[in-house]
Amino acid sequence: MRASVHRDGDRAKLFTRRAAMLGAGKVVLVSALAARMYYLQIIEGDKYKTLADENRISLRLLPPPRGRIVDRFGAPMAINQQNFRVLLVSEQTRDVGATLDMLGEIIPLTDFDRQRVVREIRRKRSFMPVTVRENLTWEDMARIHVNAPDLPGIIIDEGLARAYPHGDDAAHVLGYVAAVSEAELTDDPLLDLPGARIGKGGIEREFDLALRGRGGNSQVEVNALGRVIRELSREEGDPGAEIQLTLDVRLQEFASRQIGEESGSCIVMDVHTGEVLAYAAQPSYDPNAFNRGLTPDEWKALVSNPKAPLSNKPISGQYAPGSTFKMVVALAALEAGVIRPEQTVYCPGHMSLGSARFHCWKKHGHGAMNMTEAIKNSCDVYFYEIAKRLGVDRIADMGRRFSFGEPTGLGLAGERSGTMPTRAWKQAALGQPWHQGETLIAGIGQGYVLATPMQLAVMTARLANGGFAVNPVVTRHVPKGREIQERPPQKAPDLGISRASLQIVQNGMWEVVNAPGGTARKARLPEGLGEMAGKTGTAQVRRITKAERDAGVTKNEDLPWERRDHALFVCYAPYDAPRYAVAVVIEHGGGGSTVAAPIASAVMAETLRLDPSRKVPDSPVAGGEAPDTVGSGAAVAPEKEV
Amino acid sequence: MASEFLSPRLRRGDMTLGEKLWQMSWSLVLLVIAIAGVGFLMLYSAANGSMDPWTSRQMARFSVGLVLMLGLALVDVRLFMRYAYAVYGIALALLVLVEVKGTIGMGAQRWIDVGFFQLQPSEVMKIALVLALARYFHGASIDDVGRPGYLLPPIALVLAPVALVLRQPDLGTALMLLMGATVLFFLSGVRMWVFGLVAAVGVGTVPVAWQFLHEYQKKRVLTFLNPENDPLGAGYHIMQSKIALGSGGLFGKGFMQGTQSHLNFLPERQTDFIFTMLAEELGMVGGLILIGLYVLVLIYGFAISLRCRQQFGRLVAIGVTTTFFLYVFINIAMVMGLIPVVGVPLPLISYGGTAMLTLMIGIGIMMSVHVHRDVQMGRRGGYDDD
Repeated sequence: MRASVHRDGDRAKLFTRRAAMLGAGKVVLVSALAARMYYLQIIEGDKYKTLADENRISLRLLPPPRGRIVDRFGAPMAINQQNFRVLLVSEQTRDVGATLDMLGEIIPLTDFDRQRVVREIRRKRSFMPVTVRENLTWEDMARIHVNAPDLPGIIIDEGLARAYPHGDDAAHVLGYVAAVSEAELTDDPLLDLPGARIGKGGIEREFDLALRGRGGNSQVEVNALGRVIRELSREEGDPGAEIQLTLDVRLQEFASRQIGEESGSCIVMDVHTGEVLAYAAQPSYDPNAFNRGLTPDEWKALVSNPKAPLSNKPISGQYAPGSTFKMVVALAALEAGVIRPEQTVYCPGHMSLGSARFHCWKKHGHGAMNMTEAIKNSCDVYFYEIAKRLGVDRIADMGRRFSFGEPTGLGLAGERSGTMPTRAWKQAALGQPWHQGETLIAGIGQGYVLATPMQLAVMTARLANGGFAVNPVVTRHVPKGREIQERPPQKAPDLGISRASLQIVQNGMWEVVNAPGGTARKARLPEGLGEMAGKTGTAQVRRITKAERDAGVTKNEDLPWERRDHALFVCYAPYDAPRYAVAVVIEHGGGGSTVAAPIASAVMAETLRLDPSRKVPDSPVAGGEAPDTVGSGAAVAPEKEV
Repeated sequence: MASEFLSPRLRRGDMTLGEKLWQMSWSLVLLVIAIAGVGFLMLYSAANGSMDPWTSRQMARFSVGLVLMLGLALVDVRLFMRYAYAVYGIALALLVLVEVKGTIGMGAQRWIDVGFFQLQPSEVMKIALVLALARYFHGASIDDVGRPGYLLPPIALVLAPVALVLRQPDLGTALMLLMGATVLFFLSGVRMWVFGLVAAVGVGTVPVAWQFLHEYQKKRVLTFLNPENDPLGAGYHIMQSKIALGSGGLFGKGFMQGTQSHLNFLPERQTDFIFTMLAEELGMVGGLILIGLYVLVLIYGFAISLRCRQQFGRLVAIGVTTTFFLYVFINIAMVMGLIPVVGVPLPLISYGGTAMLTLMIGIGIMMSVHVHRDVQMGRRGGYDDD
């Protein structure tokens, strides 16, 4: 018993010693814990505070609504509509493919959609949402909402989408918006947003920065799943600017319908202010489809259509102006004094120059023609003769005063300049000397002379307003960086053409429409709308051989579409107080008098009917729209000759 | 030595119930209740200011545990000595049973479903192994423990459950068993060079042992070594825990104001990562106060151990204390990124019944050691068979 107690005493001493060592070890370890706490919470505390805030606070960009585009009376042409869409935040899901599979069981997802999503995820930062599908119905949204727990990373978003209530009627002016391509990315964070759109053509593109607006910010507290708990602060952005066009959407629609199935352009322009009231180009495309995203088939159909729906024909289509150019040649001749108005040229149906023979459209000739008669009858031989006397350079000089050979500066992308040939031009462009025969051809607006429909409208406006260099405009605003400003009123300079000369030509255009035997007598305006002056044009797109001419020229209807003549018509009204100019070009339409003139006449009649100054004679708006730059000569009705 | 001067009645241990209650360490009981109270508050916060679903159930479990603890404190310590091997045998059998027909839970076989609760044999083993080793070394003289052959049976006692737990696989529990046992060997007087030798061999076999680790275990170790490598994968938890803890600062974000915890960035905030939430909301001050409470429990454990007059009691008290310490240290070191992520709860605070019950049983036995600190004990647990 004593021995065991003694033994236990030794064991107890050893136990105490070792327990002290153990205790010391535990003190060291607990001290390590305390030291670690000090390190994490005090020394590194600020760093972790920042990290915790980064975890919990998410900065969200508030996309501003894109500015509307309205017509001259404020009718909306491009608006924003409610749009339900599904977004995917790639960092919130472990497996993008699995999430898309799950989503695909709820709403239809094409392979095309999936590829696009995967591509966008690769391009964007992992916390930026990527659009999976847009324009979803309420039912789709509800189904996705119910299944949300199985769809990590999927966000339902209610946004605004661009919509064009008038469909394809004004597509070439408005342009369209579409998803932002990589090349278009700037440091503007708005472009990184899911479903971001950028203007790709027309006004949408020219005014894109102003229409886009400035994004706001919202600081929100989110949980680990990214769900927003509450908003901490909010800074509103600026909505995009509203752009007003000079178009009248009713007239725009009317003009588009008048062209119908044909391929062509129709422009209505105020001859004093240069404001374009209608800018029809057919066939057209639906800008809503571009916004939605075209399928490859839809795209193929658009680009393979021979009537080129995507082509902005009023400013990028170039056509021989044909007989519509004869007013310019006539003015050049009068101003140069190579002929007097009452002096006649005899037309036997052709004119010989050396060994070549230049034909009039009337096979057996017009007989003796003075200038007014030559315009009324569109006698080619008369214009061959005065063109020969003038030489091409003096024709070109007058042509340039009427906007030929250079862009009109409308402010839309893709405008072309046409061609106003001179001797120097041919030498430079083709490296060949000028032939006199080419002068004759230029005299009837054929050969090298090319013009856009917009140039023809500008020419007509300048003829009608008494020789003032009015320029076309399609917007009431001009872009200024991210802002817009009111367009200052135009100061159209005098072109320096004598009023008397202009009156001769205007009189000829009056006779075309109103005199018996005029080439467009059927295009007279309906009763009560006053009188209109105009000029037909038929531009050959093929060469007529001698054999064909002898056998009888093939009628247009018998030719394949792409070889038929272009049909042109320009006009202005009212004749005694010109206000509107209309230019119509129908590609491969046949004759100017039979195809283009009726369209122009109908559009002109509608324009006059819609003119607010007619309905409300004393309206201050109507009064304000007529600037004081009108030449007095144009207002005086010339005496009518038959 | 001093035992001769004590009254024979105390040495024999036949105390009345009143004497036992008088001898009980009520301050330790209060300490345990205080720590559990901190746990209730944190669970209340974890549920965003609600008794449901955690606080109310935790309180019920704690009540059961408290009754059990006080009951065990009154049991004669010699009974624990007498049935130490039996308890160990049952625990080992249960471990074999989960190996054979355990249910699958959390990817590892750890539970036996006994109807009203899930029994985790590895937890039972944490106490049973302490009792078995304490009994074995109770009868050992300094000379005995010096003989390597004498150490073979207790080594077998340790390695059998460790191997079974590793097969589950539960690396954390296996290491806890191993470390707890090592402390008992150390306190029993096993020569220092033995530990040196074992440590050397252990380090040498690390590369071999690595091959036997499961993929997820390897991943955890690798993630621990470089958590920023995989911020959205395995390293996510520990990163978020460090952010939560670090952002708490000196005084914390305020009770129920922890953004990391309440916005769900912090994983498992009611169980393994509850210390993180506490440190986020109550700061370093709150964290150190809780650690201080734990240290007080450890001090009580050491005091009980050193005050005890028999080797069995000393070893049981130090074994329970060490188990308690291992829970605290592993959990807190884990959430602070000092050691790899292992599923060890914070004693008396983390939501869950098993570990709490284990620890309260352990503390109950330790309190019994304290109540019967002067009882004489023979080699086999009697007081007259010496």
